[in-house]
Amino acid sequence: METSSPRRDLIMLAIFIAAVLTMPLWTAPIGANYPDLLQKFAIFGIFAIGYNLLFGLTGYLSFGHAVFLGVGSYAAVWSFKLFSMNVLPAVVMGVLFAGLFAAVIGYLSLRRSGIYFAILTLAFAQMCYNLAYSVLTPITNGETGLQLARADPRILDRMFFEADVGLPLTNLFGMEMQGYSGFYFCAVLLILAFFLSMRIFRSPFGLKLRAIKSNQVRMSYTGFHTRPYMMTVFIISGMYAGLAGSLLAVTDPLAGAERMQWTASGEVVLMTILGGAGTLIGPLLGAGIIKYFENIFSSFNDSLLHNAFSFLPDGVQDVVVGIVSLFVGEGWQLTLGIAFMLVVIFLPGGLMEGFRRIGALIARRRGRGPAEEVERP
Amino acid sequence: MDAIFIQLLNGLDKGGAYALIALGLTLVFGTLGVVNFAHGALFMLGAFCAVAMHQLLNISEKVKDESITFFEAFKEQPYLEIWFGDTGTAILDYAVPISILLAIPVMLVIGLVMERGLIRHFYRRSHAEQILVTFGLAIVLQEVIKVLFGANPLPMSAPEIVSGSAPVGSWVGLGSGLVYPWWRLIYLLFSLVVIGGVFAFLRFTTYGMVVRAGMYDRETVGLLGINIERRFTIVFGLAAVVAGLAGVMYTPIVPPDYHLGMEFLVLSFVVVVVGGMGSLPGAVLAGFLLGVLQSFASMNEVTQLFPGIDQIIIYLVAVVVLLVRPRGLLGRKGLMET
Amino acid sequence: MSNTILKVTNVDKTFGGLRALSNVNLHVEQGVTHAVIGPNGAGKSTLLNVCVGRITPDNGSVVFKDEILTGKEPHRINQLGVARVFQTPEIFPELTLLQNVMIPALAKREGAFRFNPFRSLLSQHEIRDEACHTLEDVGLADHLAMLAGTLSRGDKRRLELAMCLVQHPGLLLLDEPTAGMSRHDTNRTIDLLQRIKERGMTKVIIEHDMHVVFSLADRITVLAQGTVICEGTPDEVRGDPRVQEAYLGGAHL
Repeated sequence: METSSPRRDLIMLAIFIAAVLTMPLWTAPIGANYPDLLQKFAIFGIFAIGYNLLFGLTGYLSFGHAVFLGVGSYAAVWSFKLFSMNVLPAVVMGVLFAGLFAAVIGYLSLRRSGIYFAILTLAFAQMCYNLAYSVLTPITNGETGLQLARADPRILDRMFFEADVGLPLTNLFGMEMQGYSGFYFCAVLLILAFFLSMRIFRSPFGLKLRAIKSNQVRMSYTGFHTRPYMMTVFIISGMYAGLAGSLLAVTDPLAGAERMQWTASGEVVLMTILGGAGTLIGPLLGAGIIKYFENIFSSFNDSLLHNAFSFLPDGVQDVVVGIVSLFVGEGWQLTLGIAFMLVVIFLPGGLMEGFRRIGALIARRRGRGPAEEVERP
Repeated sequence: MDAIFIQLLNGLDKGGAYALIALGLTLVFGTLGVVNFAHGALFMLGAFCAVAMHQLLNISEKVKDESITFFEAFKEQPYLEIWFGDTGTAILDYAVPISILLAIPVMLVIGLVMERGLIRHFYRRSHAEQILVTFGLAIVLQEVIKVLFGANPLPMSAPEIVSGSAPVGSWVGLGSGLVYPWWRLIYLLFSLVVIGGVFAFLRFTTYGMVVRAGMYDRETVGLLGINIERRFTIVFGLAAVVAGLAGVMYTPIVPPDYHLGMEFLVLSFVVVVVGGMGSLPGAVLAGFLLGVLQSFASMNEVTQLFPGIDQIIIYLVAVVVLLVRPRGLLGRKGLMET
Repeated sequence: MSNTILKVTNVDKTFGGLRALSNVNLHVEQGVTHAVIGPNGAGKSTLLNVCVGRITPDNGSVVFKDEILTGKEPHRINQLGVARVFQTPEIFPELTLLQNVMIPALAKREGAFRFNPFRSLLSQHEIRDEACHTLEDVGLADHLAMLAGTLSRGDKRRLELAMCLVQHPGLLLLDEPTAGMSRHDTNRTIDLLQRIKERGMTKVIIEHDMHVVFSLADRITVLAQGTVICEGTPDEVRGDPRVQEAYLGGAHL
């Protein structure tokens, strides 16, 4: 609170908006500017921001958020099938249904805290995944996943125009949501999502959430009923996940049960922690980095590696390629797991903490005196 | 009645695995106070000990295949068979039980290394951080196994002599036609033996007594001048061995693949929660109970009434227990505040 | 005659086989500093916990200014005007001193739940000023931006008191406020409590340190083994033989 001011926030917001809107430009040099990947940046950025509101501010570790992501996807696809290919109702449906699920799961899970809460969310996640995979197949289409079909009713669309010959595309009042336009739709929503999270961080509500993390018992003896606070932030973060899920369907209209697996919740935890839980920008950074490296790393194969290391003598080259290949391509998850462990062990505040420490080191070197204890942005 | 009996056996069988895994998990949580999300991975590692042993025993070389006469054909013949003939073949057949000999030291070492290298630095850190770092470790372990053994399930078979079915029907007077696989019965017996061994260790050795005291009140034990933390390493090793053994013997029942750890992880926590976190008898009881419950829920009569109930029943039970009686079946009151 | 604002009537509480409180009665009048003393295990903390809603008694009731407290949740009880200081100071270690005191101020102003994500914390000038004033009052005004976790124990206690005072509670409950403190810190705490007393705040203090008790208390209730064995002014209590026996003699456990 002390180091941020409305002016700094405005500047940060402006920079953020500029960075997001020009993303196709500055990601070109690092080979990341194709629409698919950019969309993923935005979508998982939204997911991570929402998750950070819960985990970063209150410290409650939930493994169930993949459920809300999945629900958002399924709801959006059903909207495409039943109502219209217009993305607006799809997104609204996604957010609403995710919010509903979050309300129910949150109501039950938040009756406990700490590890019991985590296990409750874990149990719910597994339940929902199993149900989606094998029981509720009329709704979810089980293993195959929910897809669009030519014969879908799309009643709202039918009221205004004829059905297409082929499979229709998702659109925003006519503007097709594929490619870069799809990215920009996600980007606008990302900016709004970031703005909301910034307001929450800077509000009394946000401070109270942090107080809950710091000393929940004290909060209740200080006159706060902590349950509605936890419910509110849980539902909000669930809705963020639902938004992300619906955007996944907007850019690629299908929904699968594997999105709801609890290990998929693990991925968003990774992003949040890697970037820096509890900070504004951290989760975004984490999401971007993980998605970027996921794409880059997993596309490495042996021949690329041999090319990269061609300056080495043959024998050495083979050994080096052999070792490095364990960590790229198929081995991407291994690298991720190791990186995650290293972060949790040595730098639990994530990259943002790393930057802060470097900044403090530089400040001290310049003789600004002992760093005062101030709050993180 | 027949079907019920078979399902009961199925449930106890599965329950044995659940109980063993939950036992190890509870040991670690009860003594060290650490939440170990890599515990499922230990189960998986045990299973792959069996795979490794199998592959080791099966190291072979190309020899001429005498049985094919109209062209020169070669087959792979394991060295054991070349050197020891029929005895060699017999040894190969018993690969899975022999793996126990490999699994015990390997899992012990893995457990010790894990505890000394990682877990002990997290005793004082929050549960959330413990969960996160062990989750990361679980991912790393499963990926390493994937690199070493590939991504496909590797079927393992039980020794020939027990690969058939036992006439359980005639044992309990239910009709001679009722049969059940021998190996599964052996697994049930095996799990009971291991559980018994762990309890005997805790009850009848001084070491075990210190561990139990530490589970009950760590601070006092420390004040008594006993270095409880050194015991923790052994306890962790023990938990790893138990999980590993559960995995080794399970391989003929479910072919091991690198995902096994994650699949069993949620399950293991559910069992521990239902039994009561920190209660060893609770973990065992809950393991068997949930195994049986899950089996009965998968019976046709039940799934017709409630489709899909078998998929979610244990999670439902966990949710209900957590909400209604958080200390579980046998946990101590107030062990964990709300 | 001042009115009784806290009425603890016939409270019983049993834990398993242990009778923690038996038929305990306590009447605290407005503006009075009422100490509760007794040997270890007498039930003092249990009594306090009953008053703040942490424990529900088996029998009996606690009434504060015509409001029944028993059975209500802790946050409700606080909203009614009861503030509590814990044996080990309970503060928000990761937040700054100013934030620590702003939070109780927010609770007082806004109630048990308010969802206001669009208001900026920085614009809460009144709350900030209140918090600043209260911190000045307790002598912690120099370190507003410090993280509360870095404070010494004595300073944490002062912070905790500030957190209670900013809510202008009708009743302040203190659970061994000087426990574990050096002589120096204890004296400072006594001074602070003295100043609070002069403003007319009603206090119930559980204490072991007799120096603190006799410096501050207007009335004393003595608990032993869950029952009230004596009640009166400090002089009355000092001279009562039952009290001496309870502390020194055989009756204790």
